[in-house]
This record gives sequence, C-alpha cells and structure tokens, in this order.
Amino acid sequence: MAVENSGASRRRMYVRMVLRSLSRRRSRVVIALLAIAIGATTLTGLISIYTDIPRQMGRELRSYGANLVVIPDGKPVIDANVLPALDAAVGDGDGDLVGRAAYRYETVTINSQPVSAAGTDLDDVRAVRPYWQVSGAWPQAGEILVGRDVADQLGLATGESVTLAWSAGKKQGSDSDSTDEFTVSGVLDTGGSEDALVILERAGLEGLTGEVGAIDVVEYSVATSADQMSAIVTRITESTPGVAASPVKRLARSETTVLATLSSLLLLVTVIVLALTMITVATTMMAVVAERRAEIGLRKALGAENRSIIGEFLGEGMALGALGGLAGGIAGLGFAQVVSLNVFSRGIATDWTLVPIAVLASVAVTAVACIVPVRRAAYIEPAIVLRGE
Amino acid sequence: MNLLELRGVTKSYGDVHALRDVDLCVEPGEWLSIVGPSGSGKSTMMNIVGCMDSPTAGSVVLDGVDIASMNASGLAHARRNTIGLIFQKFHLVAHLSAVENVMVAQYYHSMPDQAEALAALARVGLGERASHLPSQLSGGEQQRVCIARALINYPKLVLADEPTGNLDEANELLVLDFFRQLHADGTTLIVVTHDPEVAALGDRQIVLNHGRIVRQIDNRANARVPVALTPPGGLS
Repeated sequence: MAVENSGASRRRMYVRMVLRSLSRRRSRVVIALLAIAIGATTLTGLISIYTDIPRQMGRELRSYGANLVVIPDGKPVIDANVLPALDAAVGDGDGDLVGRAAYRYETVTINSQPVSAAGTDLDDVRAVRPYWQVSGAWPQAGEILVGRDVADQLGLATGESVTLAWSAGKKQGSDSDSTDEFTVSGVLDTGGSEDALVILERAGLEGLTGEVGAIDVVEYSVATSADQMSAIVTRITESTPGVAASPVKRLARSETTVLATLSSLLLLVTVIVLALTMITVATTMMAVVAERRAEIGLRKALGAENRSIIGEFLGEGMALGALGGLAGGIAGLGFAQVVSLNVFSRGIATDWTLVPIAVLASVAVTAVACIVPVRRAAYIEPAIVLRGE
Repeated sequence: MNLLELRGVTKSYGDVHALRDVDLCVEPGEWLSIVGPSGSGKSTMMNIVGCMDSPTAGSVVLDGVDIASMNASGLAHARRNTIGLIFQKFHLVAHLSAVENVMVAQYYHSMPDQAEALAALARVGLGERASHLPSQLSGGEQQRVCIARALINYPKLVLADEPTGNLDEANELLVLDFFRQLHADGTTLIVVTHDPEVAALGDRQIVLNHGRIVRQIDNRANARVPVALTPPGGLS
C-alpha cells in the first residue's frame, strides 16, 4: 500500500513539475509551442490537400469534357430506357458523377442545306461540356443553338427563325418531309466539331423525326481514377447488354499524369516540411534544454538519476508536442480549407482524424528532437554547472 | 565510527592538482569549517565529499561506504540519501514555488509529501511564503528554502558552500542560528566559508592551501592543532 502511495505521489509530483514548467515559463514555452504548432499546421494542411487533391483536381479536369462514352453495340441505337441502369452502373461508388448527356443525331436541312442536328437535354450538356461558349442564350423549347460554322455558312444570327426539315425518305423510303419552326437562341463557338452542329432539346428533334427514345451516344463526365474507370466500364458491360462503354483515353491519360505529378509534388513538399519542422523543433528544444543546464545540474545534485532527468524533460517536450500538435492540427484543417477555396474555388472535406494524427506526429517529432539535447544535458556534471561554468 | 573519512585523497585536472594527499575524518554530529583562499581546493573537496565528483586517488568513506570508486548512479544514490546541500547561490528551480522546491528533494529521495514540506518551511519561518516563487522571495528567504530542502530528507551530512556569502547581516545571523540548532540536534555539518566568524562557529576548522590541509583548529579546545594530527575521533 505504501509503495502504491509512493508511486502515485511521485506521479502526481512528476505531472506537477511538468505542468509548472509549462505554465510558469510561458515566454519560452510559447516559442517552442509556436514552432511545433506551425509545423503541425503545415503538415495537417498539406496532408489534407494531398489526400483531397485527386478529388479536387479530378473535378477541375472534368471541365475538359466527357471522359466516358457509351455507344450502341450490335444494335443501331441505345434505348433511352436503359439510361437509369447506365447511370447506376457509373455512379455506383467508384467515382464522382459530374454529369451525363445523351445525344440523338440526325441530318436535317435548313434552307435545303444538310446540317447535322443533335438532340439532347441541354441542362445535361452544360454539366458535361462546361467549356461551351454561347453567344446569346441557351435554347428553351422551340429554340435551337447553331454552331459557329453553321451560322456562318447559312448566315444565321441570334433571334432569327429557321425551318428545320427532316426527310423520312432516307430511312423509310418516303419522300415526305416534316418541318418545324425554331428560333435561333444563340451561336455556339467551341472551335471544335460542335461548331458544325445544330443543337436542340431531344424532345424537339424527336418531334421533328417522330422517333422517340432512341439514343446514339451517351457521354459521362466522371471524376475518378484510371483504375476506377476500368471498373465502371466493366460494370456497364456486365449490367447493360447492347451497349459498349469506353473511356476517352487521351483525357484519362492526361488526367492520370497530371494527378500523379501533383500528388508527387505535394508528397515531396510534405516530407520536406516534416524534415524542416523536425529541425526547427530540435533547435528550439536544444535552446530550451541549454538554458536549463543549471536546473539539470541542481536536480542531479539533489540525487536525480540520468533516466529521471531524461524522463522529466522528455515529458515536458511530449506535452509541448501534444499541445502544439492539437493546436496545429486544428489550424491545419482551416489552412487546407483556405488553400482549397482560393486555389480550387471549393471547400475541402474536413478530415478530423488528421487532428489525432497531427498530435501523435508532433509528440513523436518532439520526442525525437528532445532526446539528443536532453541526453547530452543529463550527462553533465552537476558540480560544473552549479559553479556556473 | 566516523561519518566521513578521506584517506590520501588526490584530485588532479591534468597537471593541476586541486587536492594533494588529503586525510580527513569527520565524526557524526560534528560541525567542521573549511577555510582557505580561492583556488585552495575547498570546492573540489566539497564536490568530492558531496558525491558530485570522484578523486583521482585515495578513498572517501561516507557512512561506511567507499564512494571513491562509485559510478554515476551510485553517487546519485549517495547524494539523495546521505547528503543535504546548501549553496551560496541558493539554486532554486525558478518555476517552482518554495514548497515545490522542497518537494523536489523528496521526489528524488522517496515520496513527495506536501504537508511535510510545508512543515519544513514553517520551521525556517517561511510557512506563509510557501506558495511564492523564488523570484518573489528575498535572498535570505531563498537561502532558508534551500536549507529546508537540504534538511527535508533528514540527511546524515549537511554540506554548505558559502551559505552566508550572498546574505545581509540579519539573514546571515538567521541562517547561522539554524546551523547552531541543527548542530545542537546532532546533525553533521561541513561548512565552506571565507568568513572567519562563521568558521569559528564550528567545532573544528581546517585550512586548505594549494590542495593541502595546512592547519587544523579545534575550536572546542580553542587550541591550534598541527597538521597531520589525528582529528577528534581519530582515523579509526
């Protein structure tokens, strides 16, 4: 019982000495704490960004357009009824579905000039192809968007009425044309093949052709990795017969390269910051220990063993590490949020598990940083220090 | 049986001999004063007797144990269990209160006991100042905390290095009164001092010069004792 009391009493005194050292040497402690907290802030922030960067950059790269295309396989068209099944296969946990657009292409005539028309859901297109520049307005019901080449070729301008004619004869052996009046809401200028299209709501095109529920191409924009994209393709192939899915390899490869480079860069910066933090903390702790040589000498003169001195100073260092790590960990999450908002214009996922990781990392770094100066100090001769040498 | 016996103790730092073939015995309950000019070897002798240094040659038997050949851990054990140290510059831990400074000595010795530490401070007249930091105490008060710390573990030998060197006259008298009281209670005291009046309070004085004991004075007999004469109690 006496041994237990002695042990508890000594533990209380140990904690008391550590706390007194931290609370009554504030100016010194604040400097050490700042060094540790800044390190933990940078570390947590960089890890937050490092882990979230593929998601953030993946979404950014989605502005370059669709990266997955689904076309008919063994059938002339895709039945619009399979779209929900395709969506489910794409968005089934392996990626972040940014947008999906289904297109029906037909050749129509404007003023007897053949023009390719794309019928689609225009809200969907804006998600998949955010890079489209429209002079004028996006079309509503009864309106069309004309590509720059079509507008130039046919002399069309925003606000003009045009008649779209479709001849069923090509498909059904009939010479009868169906026509519909549309208003040009805007001119599309992408610099790409879309400039040669007339774009309208799929319902409008179906009204003109009378063919409902047929899709030629479905485009998906998915923020995902190359591996996950392969899994999506496999899932579509297995779950939906009559279609063939394929990633847009040029984009996928670019994305993979960009993301890998960015990740490597961030990892490198994180490692360098960790090393710099360790050096800073070690330097600070060396200064802290050096200025307390007389106290260490006194404690030894009072009978302290070397291991006791090491334990006390290590305890202080680790307590500092825990406090600095906690403050820095929380600040680091905020830092990552600010960086993400400024660089990617959207918030970052706050991962609170990084805070205990920052605390543990800071304690470990501080302990490692302390051990050399404390060990050196513990072996000093008390007589020499007490004489002031 | 002597509490402390030094036989042929020599301490050299390279070619410099801080102590040369010193023999000395101290009886339990004796008050020994060590005097001598700067560089005479007083501090070296204090460090060796205080288990903070080891001699180059000779033996140092403290409380029946030869400490001359002890390792660092053995010396630390002897320091915390046998010796109470009082310093000229007090050497209190700046961020610990008076009572906590006393408890530090208990912590390394056995078990911290705040009530006992407070009682020790009360005995030196600092019961009301126990929660003050060293910076809030006068020099005399700091020295009294140092005395309370030195005595808290009931050491067999109290070593005081110029204990009144940094004190005004009033505090010097106060501290010397504590020493008298300790002596009366049977505590063994070794006091290093420059002050002849302080030295004269001891039972015996030894005068060091160039690392040798050049004179011994038995204050009790009020008679000078030639060098190499066996001190009271003999060398056993």
